[in-house]
Amino acid sequence: MFNSLSDRLTSTFKNLRGRGRLSEADIDATVREIRRALLDADVAVPVVREFTAAVRERALSAEVSGALNPAQQVVKIVNDELVGILGGQTRALQLAKTPPTVIMLAGLQGAGKTTLAGKLGLALKEQGHTPLLVAADLQRPNAVTQLSVVAERAGVPVFAPHPGNQGAETDAVIGDPVGVARDGVAEARAKQHDVVIVDTAGRLGVDRLLMQQAADIRDAVTPDEVLFVIDAMIGQDAVATAKAFEDAVDFTGVVLSKLDGDARGGAALSVATVTGRPIMFASTGEKLTDFEVFHPDRMASRILDMGDVLTLIEQA
Amino acid sequence: SPLGARLLSVLSRDHLTEDDWDELEETLLLADIGAGPAGELLDALRTRVRVLGVRDAASVRALLREELLKVVDPTMDRALATRPATGDDGAHVPAVVLVVGVNGTGKTTTVGKLARVLVAEDRSVVLGAADTFRAAAADQLQTWGARVGVETVRADRDGADPAAVAFDAVRKGRADDTDVVLVDTAGRLQNKAGLMDELGKITRVITREAPLSEVLLVLDATTGQNGLNQARVFGEVAGVTGIVLTKLDGTAKGGIVVAVQRELGVPVKLVGLGEGPDDLAPFDAGQFVDGLLG
Ligand SMILES: Nc1nc2c(ncn2[C@@H]2O[C@H](COP(=O)(O)OP(=O)(O)OP(=O)(O)O)[C@@H](O)[C@H]2O)c(=O)[nH]1
Ligand SMILES: Nc1nc2c(ncn2[C@@H]2O[C@H](COP(=O)(O)OP(=O)(O)OP(=O)(O)O)[C@@H](O)[C@H]2O)c(=O)[nH]1
Ligand SMILES: [Mg+2]
Ligand SMILES: [Mg+2]
Repeated sequence: MFNSLSDRLTSTFKNLRGRGRLSEADIDATVREIRRALLDADVAVPVVREFTAAVRERALSAEVSGALNPAQQVVKIVNDELVGILGGQTRALQLAKTPPTVIMLAGLQGAGKTTLAGKLGLALKEQGHTPLLVAADLQRPNAVTQLSVVAERAGVPVFAPHPGNQGAETDAVIGDPVGVARDGVAEARAKQHDVVIVDTAGRLGVDRLLMQQAADIRDAVTPDEVLFVIDAMIGQDAVATAKAFEDAVDFTGVVLSKLDGDARGGAALSVATVTGRPIMFASTGEKLTDFEVFHPDRMASRILDMGDVLTLIEQA
Repeated sequence: SPLGARLLSVLSRDHLTEDDWDELEETLLLADIGAGPAGELLDALRTRVRVLGVRDAASVRALLREELLKVVDPTMDRALATRPATGDDGAHVPAVVLVVGVNGTGKTTTVGKLARVLVAEDRSVVLGAADTFRAAAADQLQTWGARVGVETVRADRDGADPAAVAFDAVRKGRADDTDVVLVDTAGRLQNKAGLMDELGKITRVITREAPLSEVLLVLDATTGQNGLNQARVFGEVAGVTGIVLTKLDGTAKGGIVVAVQRELGVPVKLVGLGEGPDDLAPFDAGQFVDGLLG
């Protein structure tokens, strides 16, 4: 069974060995394999369509390079395009000219926001900053406790004036998360913290009430960065979700979480394509140090399972 | 919904072209059914459409629904095994339900909701907080326990041996004549051998005290094709007996469970429809298939 793109393209290459220029049919065959690989990697259907069309067009008009056979050229084009989209605008955190810098975290339930708050806190502390974590998730049972524990592990202070959902609460919205976020920034200003990280509750794109709340939090704290945290395992829902969060909080960057798993992570391509926002960080584990700058080239070969393919091309 | 409307417009043409079939495939792909299974489904549908000579839209739509329903299989037994037993020695043996899955899918929440359902049925329940790893995981479970009025067995410190906590919970269930022991575990990614070994150990240690009545794999409906890897490895390590599909209240369709069910040969038993205590429902094959198509 040909499972990976590498396997399938290796056999395509075999059939093509010795031939000069690729015919349109050959390009279509290669593009079909690439389409299948992208779908298996959970790249969103509309994004796959757009992407393969662009690749096909480039492949048809590509100059024939002496070193590569035409099928390999198609693969190289795919890789270049992927890296281009994923890494088009890689950049570092934007710090405020007048501190505190405010960073707001947002995303679906269970995406990895609270864990990321601790990771960012620790990383910034180690760079000489004095971050404050703000517990504005009053929704999920013991979210405030979780953030407090995470903050303690990171060795950074936490602002948690409201205990959050303790179990008895049944209201649609508990406490005043917008107020907590606003007060958190004021607290940071008063206590001279130069970065504030606001943890928010997980929410679904279709949840009008909670999406409005997220927008209200954004308006209340006027963040320098709004980071959209998305699970690398997500499937076709990535587009709808990313758009919903873009509409509500106009996020400035993306964090791809749980990249320590074996998911291909096609969501990275989907989100980067439909929102044009840069993927800034990768979350790669449960420990607070499992956190790194995003590497577009690694992600490109991961999505396509391209390791071997690129080696093949290098050997050509 | 736009998808449903689109599907209907495709199917309402009296003649299906290749483009129409592509659009049908797209509908299935958008639901996270997966390229492989979608291809198989459509092949089967093409054959039937040809054999039956079907041309009218309503019939083709009905056939696709039928094909999907066949794979999801409404005849599977989806009841939860939660009946306590009596051991050879006449001792009370509680039903033990172990809840497993990758990080953040909704395991702890599902345990809380499930406890609520059981309590409403007048069953006695105890919770075991065998996630000793994640920050405030035991507190979260205990909060759920308090909310529905059941006790939680937990370790006195972070990082304690999760198998020991699970064992203590089951032992307490035996001693107190409890009907059901629900054991929550830490989220773990299936490619982490050490953590999967730990899960294997939890199941073995529990089994020394009482057989596992159910091992529920909690899958997040937003999960894409990686869900199949999750199912394979958790199935192998923990002997999964049922699937819980959470977060179906969002826009994700959860189509990956179609392949998962087939791979594991075990049914989706429950669905999660929200963050509240009452947001748990039995899986309904017909409803699920209608969701996939629109
Ligand atoms: N393996 C792995 N686990 C992660 C990563 N990031 C977070 N997690 C785990 O994922 C689960 C959910 O993480 P949280 O930080 O609680 O996610 P959240 O977005 O705050 O969740 P809600 O507040 O409930 O919406 C926890 O078990 C974390 O330990 C990661 O990069 N890798
Ligand atoms: N919308 C929605 N949210 C859910 C559902 N089930 C759980 N959640 C939310 O998803 C997030 C994660 O839920 P948990 O129960 O903590 O997940 P978990 O699998 O125990 O997470 P870890 O123990 O960290 O691996 C929380 O914010 C829950 O409130 C559901 O069916 N629908
Ligand atoms: Mg959180
Ligand atoms: Mg949990």
